[in-house]
Order: sequence, then structure tokens, then C-alpha cells
Amino acid sequence: MPERQLADAVEINRMITRIATQIIEHNKGSENLALVGIVRRGDALAKRLAAEIKRLEGRDVPVGAIDITLYRDDLQLAAEMPIVQATSIPFDVTGKIIVLVDDVLYTGRTVRAALTEILDFGRPKIIQLAVLVDRIHRELPIGADFTGRKIPASTSEIVDVFLEETDEREGIFIKKKEPEEG
Amino acid sequence: MTWTHKNLLGLEGLSREEITFILDTAERFHEVLDRPIPLVPVLRGKTILNMFYEPSTRTATSFAMAAKRLSADVVGFSKASSSVKKGETLLDTVRTIESMRVDGVVIRHSCPGAARFIAQRIDAFVINAGDGAHEHPTQGLLDLFAARKRLESFEGRHLVVVGDITNSRVARSAIYGFSTMGAEITVCGPATLIPPHFKKAFPNVSIETDFDRLLADADMIMMLRLQLERQGKGLFPSIREYRKLYCMTTERMKKAKPDVVVMHPGPMNRGIEIEPAVADGPNSVVLAQVRAGVAVRMAVLYILAGGELEH
Repeated sequence: MPERQLADAVEINRMITRIATQIIEHNKGSENLALVGIVRRGDALAKRLAAEIKRLEGRDVPVGAIDITLYRDDLQLAAEMPIVQATSIPFDVTGKIIVLVDDVLYTGRTVRAALTEILDFGRPKIIQLAVLVDRIHRELPIGADFTGRKIPASTSEIVDVFLEETDEREGIFIKKKEPEEG
Repeated sequence: MTWTHKNLLGLEGLSREEITFILDTAERFHEVLDRPIPLVPVLRGKTILNMFYEPSTRTATSFAMAAKRLSADVVGFSKASSSVKKGETLLDTVRTIESMRVDGVVIRHSCPGAARFIAQRIDAFVINAGDGAHEHPTQGLLDLFAARKRLESFEGRHLVVVGDITNSRVARSAIYGFSTMGAEITVCGPATLIPPHFKKAFPNVSIETDFDRLLADADMIMMLRLQLERQGKGLFPSIREYRKLYCMTTERMKKAKPDVVVMHPGPMNRGIEIEPAVADGPNSVVLAQVRAGVAVRMAVLYILAGGELEH
């Protein structure tokens, strides 16, 4: 199946600039702010957002990364053992405004897991959600506060976000799911 | 990585890739232990049965803690070894386990092969927590984990295991684990505490009775616990002589490499196989081993309980 490109590197950068601006605007500055990316692409995006906030505000915002493998609700369904990646939140989350960052918001289950995990690290004042792509089709009552682009793809399609840091190419792509074998 | 083993009965037969996978997974759980709430929900709803037919404090506690840190439910019993006969009693136990529908069983037993015996007869996964003088795989894994924190790689590194080799499952699991990871191994102790068939069973492992000759070349030294109850059975003349020949002393440390890693599975007989100054010194990873034990057991429970098996 051919994949179709929906956004390129330049457009992704514009989205990041806009999301960074919205985060600052919404929170009336960057004080008390911290970013937590969901590994691996949310982690890369969180670092880019932090760099952008630094450029706009001149302030270093702490950045953490979480791996939600141990909080998943579908471990039994996973065909292969997921490799547990590093979670590293090198700051106290209690009292902070945490912006959770991921590449694609789809069913909401990943975000649900990430919320549970962050709450095990302490009690943030507020948790907000920033995503590059919002696919709609939610299975849980979860919504994004900051969105790069809404892509109402059908469940038979796959939306991929590729970033230089994790994939050595960049862009947002859509393709049809391969028909299941057998 | 696709994990293909239902049970962990020993380190014998595990590949380097599989051992590395367990150790890498354990790194992540090691990080969980540092969290404000050192608990993850990954094994919620799973039940782990701890069956300890031999007295054990640290291993039983470590396994229970590992399971609880993963949000599993832990039930357990320990039984004085003296009243337990294998055969029928173990079979009865098997039926009990099956009817309780547990997901995993952790077993320690004085009979070599007890874990395998159970594993062949139940659906739940089985972790061997020590079966006689056979194996104690999670101990071997935690030794590897603690040593790996100090050494980049095991390739070509020299491990010396000192003490009662005949009766030590810790030594056996270490031999399998460390040799698979590429280390060279020498066992050392009085000839009476090294089994006569050893050379045949482990052709790649060297044997040496003179500890002092090994000091300069060792990258890792594992001191085994001298089982004091064995004294007086004619296996070694006296504790005093054993100490003189095989105790890891500050004097001996001076002859060893400056960054040698000193391990001990515990509980330590301070002043007999290891001097307190060495046990608490900078080369010792004894406490790191205990902490590694929880992380490694979390990793093993997670891997055995979590993923789909390839049939």
C-alpha cells in the first residue's frame, strides 16, 4: 500500500512553534512548567518543545520521559515482549504544571497509562496534553489541550509520525492497513 | 525479542541474548525501585505462590517484594525441610497449586530437580529459587547484574569462585551464567569441597586450590558462604585453617587488581570467608547484589507472566 504524506518537516516545525506558543499563552508564561514525553517520539517532541519555549521565553523548562509499558492494559495481547524503555523524570512533579507530550492521540489508552504513571511520581498541580496528531476515535474520555493537526483517519488506516531523532526521516504519513493474513 | 521459555529453572541453556534481555529489563525495574511510589501495575490480578521448603529469609523476602512491586498478589508457605519428603508430598502440592489457580510458582527445595518436577506438572510458570546443590538462577542473574554495573563487558574477564563448590547452587548458576556471557572461570577451595567429577561436568572451568595464585589475575571474586554445619565432617581441618587459606582479607586485596569486584551471596560469615573491611569496602558489591535481587526477580516475573509464549 502506498503511503501519502500529510505534513513535512517544515510543517511539523510550525506546529511545534504554535504548540509552544499556545502552552505559554494558556499558562500565562512558562513558570512552574515541566514537559513529560511518552517514549520514544513524545520524548523527542518534548525536547523540541522545550527548546522552542526556551527560545520564546528564555527559560529552561525541565523535561522528563516516561515509558508506559508497565502501565499498559493490553500486555496479554502483545505479540512480542515489549522492551521496557527508561522512564526518567529528573524533577519533583508535585505542584508543577505538567504538559504530557505524545506524537499521536488515538484511543487514549496510552495517555491513560501515562497519567497513572505520572501520578505515581507525585501530585502535579495540573496535567495538560499536547499531541502532534489527534486521530479522534477515542475509547476513553480523554482530550488534547494542544494539537498540531486533527486527522480524522478511519480505523482501517495507519497514521505514522516520523521524526529525525527516532526514525531518521521526518513527516506525517497515512496508509491503509495491510489486510490481515490467514 | 521473543521469549520462548515457560519457566526459569536454571541458567544452563539460556543464551547470551536471553540473559542480556533479562538484565536489560532488570535495569528498568531497578529504576522503578527509586520512585516515590516504587510500584507498577503491570502484574495486577496475577497471583504468585511462594513455596519455600527450605529456610530462607533473603530470597523469600526478595521474591515477595519483587512480586508486590509489580502489583501481583503473593501467597506463600514455608515448611521446615525436615518433615517434607519429596515424591508424594510434592505431588500433593502440585494438586493444591492447580486447584488454587495461581499464575506463577516460586519454589525452593532441598532436592535437585524439584522445580522441574513441579514445572512439568502444572500450567503455571515456575521459577527455581534454589533446588539442592543444583541451581539458583535468580542469584546468578543478580550476580551478573551487580557485576555488570562495574564492568562494561564480561568478555575475557576472569571470575574466581571461592569456597564450598560441591554444595553450592550459587556457584553452579554463576558458572553457567558468567561463562555464557563470555567470562573465564576458576573455582577455588579445598580439594575436599570440589566434587571429583567437576572437571568432567565443566571442562571449561579451571580448578585451583591455592587462592593466592589467582588474586593478581581475577576481575571478579565470588566468596561463597562456608556452611558451618559442615565443619567436623572431615572436609576441612578447622575454621581457623580455612580462614587462613581462603578468607578474602585486606592483605589479599592488596595483591588483587585495584578494581576487582568482590561478591558474596550472603548471609556472610564475617571474618571466616570474608573480612568485614573487605565486605564493607569499595570493591564489594554485596549490598548492590541484594538490591539487584529485587530488580532481577521483578524482571523474571514480568517476562514469565507478561508476554505471550511462542508455541
